[in-house]
Amino acid sequence: MLLFEDPVFSSRMLTLLTLTFHVIFATLGVGLPLMIMIAQWVGIKKNDLHYIMMARRWARGFVVLVAVGVVTGTAIGLQLALLWPNFMELAGHVIALPLFMEVFAFFFEAIFLGIYLYTWDRFENQRKHLLLLVPVAVGATMSAFFITTVNGFMNAPAGFNIVDGQMTGVSPIEAMFNVATPTKVAHVISTAFMTAAFVLAAIAAYRLIRGSNHVYHKKALHMTMKLGLIFAVATAIIGDFSGKYLAEHQPEKLAAAEWHFETEEEAPLILWGVLDDDQKVRYGIEIPYALSILAHNDPSAEVIGLNEFPEEEHPPMFVHYLFDIMITIGMWMIVLSLAYWFAMRRGWNFVKKNWFRWLIVLGGPLSMLAIQAGWWMTEFGRQPWILRGVMTVQEGATQSDYVGHMFFVFAGLYLILGIGVAVVLRKVFKNHPVEKELAEQGGDQS
Amino acid sequence: MSYELIGMVVLWTFLFGYVIVASVDFGAGFFNAYSLITGKQHILTKVIQRYLSPVWEVTNVFLVFFFVGIIGFFPSTAYYYGSILLIPVSISIILLAIRGSYYAFETYGNKGHRGYAFMYGATGLILPASLSVVLTISEGGFVEMTDNGPFLDYWALFSSPLTWSIVVLSVTAVLYISAVFLTWYANRAGDFEATKVLRRYALIWALPTIVTAGGIVYELRSHNPEHFESLMNLWWMFAISIVFFLFSVWFIWKKKNYGVAFILLIGQFAFAFYAYGISKYPYLLYPHLTVHDGVTNDAMAISLIVAFVAGLLLLIPSLYLLMRLFLFDDKYVSGKK
Repeated sequence: MLLFEDPVFSSRMLTLLTLTFHVIFATLGVGLPLMIMIAQWVGIKKNDLHYIMMARRWARGFVVLVAVGVVTGTAIGLQLALLWPNFMELAGHVIALPLFMEVFAFFFEAIFLGIYLYTWDRFENQRKHLLLLVPVAVGATMSAFFITTVNGFMNAPAGFNIVDGQMTGVSPIEAMFNVATPTKVAHVISTAFMTAAFVLAAIAAYRLIRGSNHVYHKKALHMTMKLGLIFAVATAIIGDFSGKYLAEHQPEKLAAAEWHFETEEEAPLILWGVLDDDQKVRYGIEIPYALSILAHNDPSAEVIGLNEFPEEEHPPMFVHYLFDIMITIGMWMIVLSLAYWFAMRRGWNFVKKNWFRWLIVLGGPLSMLAIQAGWWMTEFGRQPWILRGVMTVQEGATQSDYVGHMFFVFAGLYLILGIGVAVVLRKVFKNHPVEKELAEQGGDQS
Repeated sequence: MSYELIGMVVLWTFLFGYVIVASVDFGAGFFNAYSLITGKQHILTKVIQRYLSPVWEVTNVFLVFFFVGIIGFFPSTAYYYGSILLIPVSISIILLAIRGSYYAFETYGNKGHRGYAFMYGATGLILPASLSVVLTISEGGFVEMTDNGPFLDYWALFSSPLTWSIVVLSVTAVLYISAVFLTWYANRAGDFEATKVLRRYALIWALPTIVTAGGIVYELRSHNPEHFESLMNLWWMFAISIVFFLFSVWFIWKKKNYGVAFILLIGQFAFAFYAYGISKYPYLLYPHLTVHDGVTNDAMAISLIVAFVAGLLLLIPSLYLLMRLFLFDDKYVSGKK
């Protein structure tokens, strides 16, 4: 089995496994603090206990997710050195700064999260308690920022020169603010907010389908769908900038994602389809000029094709489907949340029907799937490089034995953690139904 | 002061911080599980959980700080240690995962699954053992340089008495540090029954800690004579450490000044830990890697130091707030908040 024989392949697979699992918790960990903050703020402003209760309940779920995020984050932090020692030695010289600062950002977040959680009833003034969330949200967002700059660096190495195998002229700041950083960071953060909002909306919609007619869930659904819409639109705009970044600086990744082989003007955008042996796409949805617009904001612009690059530097062709999954879900979520928002304004009743609420429920996992597809697409799309143009994954990987065994050990660990999270979250909310908790707080108006 | 020296001092200090806070945490988990077996659960669990819950993430960050910092300041460590530590560190990650999820699942989720509490308690003893193996490896003699890079000789590692004496020390030290801290904490909480039990644990584990520490110095004499010699040059630091130890045991024995006893304990471990660190300098991995070979470029070193100072300015006030609210707020400690 390849997994046991080739340490490079098994290192890739173990990294894929850990990151795929970690990204679920990292994304929600970045996105949820803002949602909690907004809910509590609205609650204080409107003097509405329901919103305060949302903040309280979401925070309870958030902590469980953060804990698993810490655990898997520690795992990936260590695995980077264990699986990619050569890469980390090189990267350590240039990009260690944001990795180091990420720890500070997380530390900052963790301290205030601890204080926030244990001080719900210790402040006379609710606003002071809300203030504690600011460092939590800032810390979470900064963590995402720092880590994403490292990923940007892997795609667009900057801030150093290699002369005769010797590294010179290192500038950590230049490495951090490489050309990939702005679009990548913006994309990661806005999708985290979007996903967190749609996951919360899915939960609220599910409660409503399951017969709870409580206004608490309706308020939660309404607020999260609106927030989801805002961030979904922001994501689409940032996605457009990401396309332009790729066309300019990583044309091979865009070309592979688009199955765009020959350099041409007035390039169409192809969604889905099947690729045959002659680089022809069948059954695809072709949108004329769209790729030229995505790449250069000009329908007649020239877009570089994949055949300009040597074959051994081609990313795998399946990244096209990952790209399509991401785009399709992103567009669908805009349509869905826009329809919800518009219908609510107009008082159209179809959004309150169960079939529509099921679509919202489905939107939660779909958003998470889009996040996964996006990360897979950016990572597979960088192949064969670990540090684009400088070091391949082959050169960066460990030569250790037993990496394949570790893959199965960690798969088991993540399975247990995943089941544990699901069970615990279910228990936490089942044992404290919102109706009961609202009654205890003594302010249920409905 | 050179960058490598600054880097090493900062990292060693963080490692020391981790040793202390993690010991408290590991030991507490063990005592918690032990009290479940002996039926003393009602006495201990409340005090232990009251302290652990708000600070557990902070403990983990010390460790992450150390390994991210060492890769930043000394990128070659990623190559050397990354290549050889796949299995020991993977085991540590899994144990840390069990601990981290315990807090989340037990504290925020449902109360008390016994099996999980036992597993959690067990990790408190296995983790220090598995982490301390890294220190043993750094003493040299277990790593071979081959064409495919560094290679760890597991048989030599696990058949060495040095390995096992470091393992035993790490476990006894964890139990001792934890017991002394929790004695003080329980006493502050006004929980005198818990104080009584924990004080007894502290006294039980005091002597084994010192004896095993002495054992390691003895083992080192044959394993790494060079290191042993530089260790002996710092005999006065160990002497101070032992004086601190004697005073803190005396206070605990006399049932007074538990807070001072814990501060003396920190002093005791600080002197021994720094003496060990100084005597090891400049080797990161004896004899293959020194801090001089492994250090990063000047630009990165400067920016890491700047980031570090800025980070501390942000964190120290926040940590102070955390401590004031949970560790030094008598009403919280005694469970009235």
